[in-house]
Amino acid sequence: MTDDQKELRTLTYRDAIREAIHEAMQKDARVFLMGEDVGRYGGCFAVSKRLLEAFGPERIRDTPLSESGFVGAGIGAALGGMRPIVEIMTVNFSLLAAVQIINNAAVYLYMSGGQFNVPIVIRMATGGGRQLAAQHSRSLEGWYAHIPGIKVVSPATLEDARGMLWTALQDPDPVLIFENAGLYNMEGTLAGDAGAVDIDKAHVQRAGKDITIITYSANLYKSLEAAEILAKQGIDAEVIDLRTLRPLDDQTFLASVAKTHRALIVDEGWRSGSISAEISARIMEGAFYELDLPVERLCSVEAPMPYAKHMEDAVLPQVDKIVALVRKMVGANG
Amino acid sequence: MTTNTKGTKQAGEVDRRHALHLLKSMLRIRRLEERCAELYSAMKIRGFLHLYDGQEAVAVGVLEALTKDDAIVATYREHGHALMRGIPASAILAEMYGKQEGCSRGRGGSMHLFDEKTRFYGGNAIVRGGLPLAVGLALADKMQQKNRVSCCFFGEGAVAEGEFHESMNLAALWQLPVLFVCENNLYAMGTALKYSESVMDLTSKVMSYDVSSAAVDGMDVLAVEIAAKSAVEAIRSQGKPFFLECRTYRFRAHSMYDPELYRTKSEVEEWKGRGPIKTFIEKMKGQGTLSDADIETIEGDVAREINEAVAFAEACTWEPIEDVARFVYSERRMP
Ligand SMILES: Cc1ncc(C[n+]2csc(CCOP(=O)(O)OP(=O)(O)O)c2C)c(N)n1
Repeated sequence: MTDDQKELRTLTYRDAIREAIHEAMQKDARVFLMGEDVGRYGGCFAVSKRLLEAFGPERIRDTPLSESGFVGAGIGAALGGMRPIVEIMTVNFSLLAAVQIINNAAVYLYMSGGQFNVPIVIRMATGGGRQLAAQHSRSLEGWYAHIPGIKVVSPATLEDARGMLWTALQDPDPVLIFENAGLYNMEGTLAGDAGAVDIDKAHVQRAGKDITIITYSANLYKSLEAAEILAKQGIDAEVIDLRTLRPLDDQTFLASVAKTHRALIVDEGWRSGSISAEISARIMEGAFYELDLPVERLCSVEAPMPYAKHMEDAVLPQVDKIVALVRKMVGANG
Repeated sequence: MTTNTKGTKQAGEVDRRHALHLLKSMLRIRRLEERCAELYSAMKIRGFLHLYDGQEAVAVGVLEALTKDDAIVATYREHGHALMRGIPASAILAEMYGKQEGCSRGRGGSMHLFDEKTRFYGGNAIVRGGLPLAVGLALADKMQQKNRVSCCFFGEGAVAEGEFHESMNLAALWQLPVLFVCENNLYAMGTALKYSESVMDLTSKVMSYDVSSAAVDGMDVLAVEIAAKSAVEAIRSQGKPFFLECRTYRFRAHSMYDPELYRTKSEVEEWKGRGPIKTFIEKMKGQGTLSDADIETIEGDVAREINEAVAFAEACTWEPIEDVARFVYSERRMP
């Protein structure tokens, strides 16, 4: 390895994903990107900017507004030997393609008795917090994680934004990549030779001994910020980035809970019938006797997302709410 | 055919009062949108903001053809339709400010203007999301023997969606009074029509569903008004849907985040030369129907209206956050 390759460089989460797509297209001629406005517009979040110039309109394929149609076509192309990366602008519009994802991609291998696997990667932006109101602010990755037959990953870090795509493309089964739109502008450093990463392990992002905060995606940063504030108050929180919601790496958080004896789940999704409910249930099943007190959850208020900023802030998990909840859980007074 | 103050019946013939009304209507939209852009830069309005500059003749012309009993379903680019429908600029701006006096109580913002009184069923931000709703509204009218039209506005981008076709088929199959107004501004975000449709003549799409159709110059408010009136007449007399394509152009970026890589400045300038307000003024002045003094008066009135609306929005209040989950479920009983 040359020094050049080791050198850290500054880039955004968006750049990291673009690099990953670029590399995948170079390495494997079967890989192509398709979706609404990925080409001439440059991607609705500018992720695919300038890729059209590099790879041409066959492989950076603009589609009409036909979510069900082009996701279905992606599944067909995957069945036919290609390695499509299908971009759905946001999770909100993936609902239009839900029948293709859930009733085709997720079941073809099983229904065919193991004959037809679907090596498709579907990327989409997710999350609220940008005053886009109810129809544009959904966090439905946990809801997709309900479905056997697909894998659901949610990169929070630059390493994962850069590295999860290639691993997902190597996977014989459908992988959904959820990119929180609030992270695209996040800047950080990445090693020159950053590459593929695993997509089946949760990561302990901050080690601590007093409580385990289990989270993923953009809430990782709210949780880490809360942990820093708590540290100054003498509370040592461990923060876990789930990274992958299906299959769920419960071993990592169960081991953490065995150490800290307290668990808080922070999730932008709603609590009823949710991934946070699933995590809580797994802690009950796997670490009940390790707990000093019941698992707590900080989720979005169970309402569609309001437009007004003060109301949207009130709906979403926030740093001060995490701090307050952790203090209550560890019995800190005042 | 004669003309009267109720509107335009035939191309080229328009009386002074009606001409003043049409011009003022288009200018109210244009000036509102310009102010919205400023307020966005000033961070008073947030979220997505899709402006309507260039397409005013469509909302103005079509809404001339509807009565207050009819229903409207629109998209996220709906400020102009809302204003023409009679939602006050003050309630529209208060909504974009996120205030509780806004027409959606600050819950919707720019993309989700609603108003029960004027039967304005939204600002829908899911492309083609409104089409089946309009079909259902019309179905309800038909089943309740109400002689009303449901009018649905959408962009040409929606034509590629399956539900466009499903809606056409349902409306024709069930013989429902729906006016489908396709605002063909040539681009869906950055995707030009030629990259999204194998057949670019949009009226040909609905022929296979046996839906009557017409295509009209959407930059000409009189032409739109006449076409919409005859479409509505056909709908009311035959109880069948109608597809009206208005060929138009959006002068501004798709939303406030769009770098416009997909079209040239000269193309935009060329279309601005054909702008609905500019050409209407030229035509009316040429015919001696309008004078510069008329335009000045209108501009003064409109500026006053928008200024007052901004002042209203500024003075409005924030909903208490305890009420954030209000209206997830109904508070009132069904009649
Ligand atoms: C189902 C769905 N897919 C994608 C989007 C993102 N999007 C918003 S507007 C738009 C372009 C729509 O173009 P068109 O229908 O022609 O209307 P215009 O914006 O030109 O008024 C797209 C792709 C969306 N809102 N809904």
